[in-house]
Amino acid sequence: MNLHEYQGKELFARFGLPVLPGQVAVTPEEARDIAASIGGAVVIKAQVQAGGRGKAGGVKLANSPDEAMSRARDILALTIKGLPVRKVLVTQAADIARELYLSIVLDRGRRMPLVMLSAEGGVDIEEVAHQSPERIIRYPIPLEGLRPYQARALFQPLLEDGSQVAQAADILLKLYRVYSDGDCSLAEINPLAITPQGRVLALDAKVILDDNAEFRHREWATWRDPDEETPGQRLAREMGLSYVRLEGDIGCVVNGAGLAMATMDLIKHYGGEPANFLDIGGSSNPEKVTAALKIITGDTRTREANGSAVPSVRAILFNIFGGITRCDDVANGIVQSLKTSPLQVPLVIRLTGTNEELARKILSDFGLSATTSMDEGVRAVIAKAQEVTA
Amino acid sequence: MSILIDKGTRLLVQGVTGRDGAFHTQQMVAYGTRVVGGVTPGKGGEKIHGVPVFDSVAQAQSATRANATVIYVPAQFATDAIFEAADAGLELIVCITEGLPVRDTLSAYHHVAKLREQSGGRGPRLVGPNCPGLISPGLSKVGILPGQICKPGPVGVVSRSGTLTYEVVHQLTRAGLGQTTCLGIGGDPVIGTSFIDALTLFEADAQTEAIVLMGEIGGTDEEEAAHFIRRHVKKPVVAFIAGQTAPPGKRMGHAGAIIAGGFGTAAEKMAAFEAAGIPVARIPSEIPRLIAVALERRRSRRRAAPAARASNKQRAARRSSSAAGKAARRPKKSRPGAPRRGR
Repeated sequence: MNLHEYQGKELFARFGLPVLPGQVAVTPEEARDIAASIGGAVVIKAQVQAGGRGKAGGVKLANSPDEAMSRARDILALTIKGLPVRKVLVTQAADIARELYLSIVLDRGRRMPLVMLSAEGGVDIEEVAHQSPERIIRYPIPLEGLRPYQARALFQPLLEDGSQVAQAADILLKLYRVYSDGDCSLAEINPLAITPQGRVLALDAKVILDDNAEFRHREWATWRDPDEETPGQRLAREMGLSYVRLEGDIGCVVNGAGLAMATMDLIKHYGGEPANFLDIGGSSNPEKVTAALKIITGDTRTREANGSAVPSVRAILFNIFGGITRCDDVANGIVQSLKTSPLQVPLVIRLTGTNEELARKILSDFGLSATTSMDEGVRAVIAKAQEVTA
Repeated sequence: MSILIDKGTRLLVQGVTGRDGAFHTQQMVAYGTRVVGGVTPGKGGEKIHGVPVFDSVAQAQSATRANATVIYVPAQFATDAIFEAADAGLELIVCITEGLPVRDTLSAYHHVAKLREQSGGRGPRLVGPNCPGLISPGLSKVGILPGQICKPGPVGVVSRSGTLTYEVVHQLTRAGLGQTTCLGIGGDPVIGTSFIDALTLFEADAQTEAIVLMGEIGGTDEEEAAHFIRRHVKKPVVAFIAGQTAPPGKRMGHAGAIIAGGFGTAAEKMAAFEAAGIPVARIPSEIPRLIAVALERRRSRRRAAPAARASNKQRAARRSSSAAGKAARRPKKSRPGAPRRGR
């Protein structure tokens, strides 16, 4: 789960990291009231999970509560990288003398958490990583944890002032606790700002949580933002399906993540465009299959031609390799689903593995057939999609 | 022959009384795996599919002399299960469970690695988590891979996926290409046994003649494997990468399958293999043909090699002694269109 900046800052504050006072607003009036309570200049920041908010006009300075209201109104009307802005963070403005970059992330190769630090803060760090990787200092955190002297040593070459080094080191030690105790996949401060008065502050917060650790963090459920999910994504999450929407028109329902990716790739290889990634998982019951079809057929988008929302999927492929997944379960799911809500688009089924014969019987009793070859299934579904288009 | 498991594998099942554990215990016993015991705390003394259940791994180990274990316990308890197995002295620990927090896997990984180092490399080895396990066709299966799609033969298979592995193994078997061992190393960002570990084992296994490596987007394990193969693997390898059409920043089902910060794309990984002279299958159904070609080339080279050496010796004997050293070298065969290793 990706956190909004305001949620990340709440988490930071809980661990004692220095963040400036601020609150989230959903209306311009709320933004005005928050600005009045903070007093002085404030920054209004769009709360969408996309990089480049500043460039898109999603971050504005306001010198009075009334200005805060009008700025908030402008920002709440924006759509940034396809995401409508529904919330803004109103936070105290700060003068900035210098900006650094600081994050902790998993180093998969070393199997250790990694500190990433750069004097080039406030910019897109991915660009720095690609263009001039030498400007990023990488420090793997030892298994026993991070010691204060190690944290100081990292900042000493970058900051001359001893007080700033001490503040920055303290921030890093606390950020490591956020990362570790908080079960984060990423804990990032960009920029880590130094004010003209020499204060070191976390001016932004980007946090990605390790979803697998949700069982020991009850508060995470309250952080999930329903506005960030489409109905399809919500249904997928509730049913335990992995679903990622793509731009194409061929829907696919697959068991297993690797096979699902390979199915998308094969659709593309034979000249089609996959509409989604969808993994129904290992022990698939018929309900999961029904939900999968509902998600795929419910995925509509506006086509330029007539301006109305139409289903984006022109044909659907099931690609099932039975192992723990039983082919008869999937066949039952397909039949049950089609009985209650018949499909408007052609369906191609590929089944092989556990209880394949039983599955074929279930399908043929319902007037459906299935292929055993993945390549054949993919070619067939592309042909069907083209017939629909023509 | 095979890697990691064979007829001598004496297996424990942790979480044997659970739904998945019980079902797969039955499947493994039916396949011929020597399942010598199960572990579920509080259920010691029971029997599941003829397998005695113990309260702890240590008790089970001392009663059965087990040397391997497979873990089916829920994610919250799986880390503890790995520690328990490692501390009880099991040599092979296969964690099927998915959904372990990375922090937990890290602690288990480093604990296992420490024990292994302390014992001079003979200590425990972790496979997974979030993996289908492994099978040495005709000998033993540990985990959830379906036995009927495999057959014994010369191909070693290592993969980050589950069902995609089944797909490719099934295609290999139908093409008459049996396997020494099929190993699923898992789809998490942190896993115990890496591609490099598996490649090392396959390279040392006398029966393995060719290797299929199936990677996917995310991380740099495939790139590291490509460098390793170039330097240390003489057997032919065929690679495949899933996720060529995956968008950046989205997790594709597996916790580890994500293109992050523009790194970990399929294109980068395929390029790394190609740069190392390793053929890359564009689609899964190309793999059997590439393996068949690699096997044929390896075998014909082996048939030719002794004869070539002998004729070189004769030729060298006829020449002056100063030139003998050079002439005795195996002649380099030019193989137009064949993938070349940068060795």
